[in-house]
Amino acid sequence: MATGQQEDRLNLGAKKFNMWIFIFTSFMFFAALSSGFIVYSGGKGHGLNVIMPQVFMYSTAVLFISSITLILASRAAKRLQFDNQRRLLWITLLLGITFLILQLYGLYVLAIKMGVYFVDPNASRSFIYVFCGMHLLHIIAALIVVASTIRSTYKNTPQVKNLYRMEMTSIFWHFLDIIWIYLYVFLLLNQY
Amino acid sequence: MSTLAVHDHGLVHHEEGHEHHHKATFLNTYVFSQDHKMIAKQFLITGITMAFIGMCLSLLFRIQLAYPDKTFPLLETLLGRFAPGGRLSPDFYMSLVTIHGTIMVFFVLTAGLSGTFANLLIPLQVGARDMASPFVNMLSYWFFLAASIIMLSSFFVQKGPASGGWTVYPPLSALPKAMPGSAEGMTLWLVSMVCFIGSSLMGGINYISTVLNMRTKGMDLWKMPLTVWALFLTAVLGVLSFPVLVAGVVLLIFDRSFGTSFYLSDIVLNGTVQPFEGGSPILFEHLFWFLGHPEVYIIIMPAMGISSEVLAVNSRKPIFGYHAMVYSLIGIAVLSFIVWGHHMFVTGMNPFLGGVFMITTLIIAVPSAVKTFNWLATLWRGNIRFTPGMLFAIGMVSFFISGGLTGIFLGNSALDITLHDTYFVVAHFHLVMGSAAIFGMLAGVYHWFPKMFRRMMDERLGYLHFWITFIGAYLVFFPMHFMGLDGVPRRYYAFTEFPSMARWLSVNVFITWAAFMTGAAQIAFIVNFIYSIFWGKKTIQNPWQSNTLEWTAPIEHHHGNWIGEIPTVYRWPYDYSKPGADEDFIPQTVPFSQTMSSNLPHDFEDNPEGLEEYNKWTVTNKANEQVK
Repeated sequence: MATGQQEDRLNLGAKKFNMWIFIFTSFMFFAALSSGFIVYSGGKGHGLNVIMPQVFMYSTAVLFISSITLILASRAAKRLQFDNQRRLLWITLLLGITFLILQLYGLYVLAIKMGVYFVDPNASRSFIYVFCGMHLLHIIAALIVVASTIRSTYKNTPQVKNLYRMEMTSIFWHFLDIIWIYLYVFLLLNQY
Repeated sequence: MSTLAVHDHGLVHHEEGHEHHHKATFLNTYVFSQDHKMIAKQFLITGITMAFIGMCLSLLFRIQLAYPDKTFPLLETLLGRFAPGGRLSPDFYMSLVTIHGTIMVFFVLTAGLSGTFANLLIPLQVGARDMASPFVNMLSYWFFLAASIIMLSSFFVQKGPASGGWTVYPPLSALPKAMPGSAEGMTLWLVSMVCFIGSSLMGGINYISTVLNMRTKGMDLWKMPLTVWALFLTAVLGVLSFPVLVAGVVLLIFDRSFGTSFYLSDIVLNGTVQPFEGGSPILFEHLFWFLGHPEVYIIIMPAMGISSEVLAVNSRKPIFGYHAMVYSLIGIAVLSFIVWGHHMFVTGMNPFLGGVFMITTLIIAVPSAVKTFNWLATLWRGNIRFTPGMLFAIGMVSFFISGGLTGIFLGNSALDITLHDTYFVVAHFHLVMGSAAIFGMLAGVYHWFPKMFRRMMDERLGYLHFWITFIGAYLVFFPMHFMGLDGVPRRYYAFTEFPSMARWLSVNVFITWAAFMTGAAQIAFIVNFIYSIFWGKKTIQNPWQSNTLEWTAPIEHHHGNWIGEIPTVYRWPYDYSKPGADEDFIPQTVPFSQTMSSNLPHDFEDNPEGLEEYNKWTVTNKANEQVK
């Protein structure tokens, strides 16, 4: 960060910093939702009383693996192995979509098989849908980011820009991975 | 961080890039501009428009408060079904109060104030060519404009705008059938606020990143003007607290439109029992005020920063206690997150918890008092120049003191039992964050007008505007303290109908006339503002003889701010009336080597070589003098 910053006309460093602050806002959003859950279930004595569907375990694993493939893609980009980078990005994207489908399936199991609905007099159950839904909205945004990064690998993107895009994608994607693990563990701890 | 930036080789690239990117057309110069100076002007003009609308709304409900029994046929002509028979309908009265609050708090004093001055001053005062992401910055304005239009459009729906108060507490806001204002008007309110929060976050992210990453060579954090410090900390507050409001609003939307019970419980509406169970309206209050309290500091901190700068420049003195000013801003920013409960003392909160919130609230008096005393000490024995901007900055200090003192009453959880939701609260916040912040904003407008529009505002109209507004604001808000102490509740359509409060009618008439006088004074401002944009006296480069970087940029605007190299910064921004200097100001760009006669040992605290040079110079200079 020390050199050339002032006249760095793309301000890539500053833009990356923007991403970090965005992560912070998003973190505050989920922190607010989960503290809302705590205030709600603590204040009124409404427990969740729902055992999380098994499929969330698999989706968590899928999301975790997608983070690893993204790390590998970044490493490939740094080593100038662009074909490898592109392949790993594609895998990340597909894993992300798999996660999305698994999550939706999980919510389907929750609603149809287990009878835990979004509209429930016990709103701590509604919170499951809010957590998952809001996280999925972020995931959809992140999938678009990954897809546009893949697109840029087909174009003649300068390496500086390529690495920058990879970093932006990674910050966002890993954050969503961590947030999901946080939400999942939070729900698991509050199951009973 | 950025202090090691290399000038020479990057420059050429920039200037080339400059030519490529910007073919100036009307659209990309005035409408979809990515230049922070133009975006600042867009924010300012939209903000002033919204302020004018918000003020007119307040004048309308002031008529109702002063003359609850009279009819004004003109009102029916103007407002149609909202004022049947020439008298405001109770529902529309509630809408006016709600939208007045929303517009003033969010659209004028958050976006209009921060949006204008953060955009204008951050890049210019830290020495950057533009924001971190000019595109996101442009989006920030367009989201704000969309939010403004949506908010105003709610006046044109059948049932009128939202009317549950600017805090939109459920259940009124969550049940579309609860009252007319809870229907489409409330939906539009929510949509508008979603756009607004988007705008605010995009702006805030950019401001933080620009301050931290794009300062010019030599501009370390402790050389930043207090305006930049204040705007930076404001942006940090926004970024941390607005997402919490989003969370609260998202749950509200689910309750409203999807039938969940986050906030709703045991409700009977028009004789039918509603299916909601187990929700907690207090949860919304927690989420709302976790934003809501930082929000009031989001409003006042830019005004504090602007006033600090304007007071120092026009007192021709360094700001008193620069470090204390920064630390007190940081203190206020941190404390603002742990005081939200003082809005909820009477919600049935555990009294012990109320006591905790009371203590944290009262601690805010410490940094606030530090700031106040420092402003007064800055004025003390200064060579004060009473420009209109300076007058408004002094007015800001005055309102902050007189409104802040009542905050100590209200922060007390025992006193709040009687004072809660009375006119005492209305008086308190209209002085401390309403008037103080708007005076800070006007100080900024008068002071930086030449920077924005390259012309000066008319001083005489400025004085007229200041004095009527200053006296008028006190005449409007001061009597409200007494009403509140007598137990008069806020937001009532016609409280004078209650026999015990009927005697306040005469005071209400007085306040309304004072409000109209103050409102009329704003015409002087609008005329001055518009006239000066086109026909004002042309400005010189540094009309206030100020030290900060923005006045080293050329009068003509360029996207990129400085032609050629960005100036390097050598000193703090408050070297006014330094003993031994030729002039009473030394801009930040003047190195110490050019001001040997005014240098002091503490100028070289972290610069041993400079200190050595300084000592050498004093020794030889003394020797020379002895020879003479």
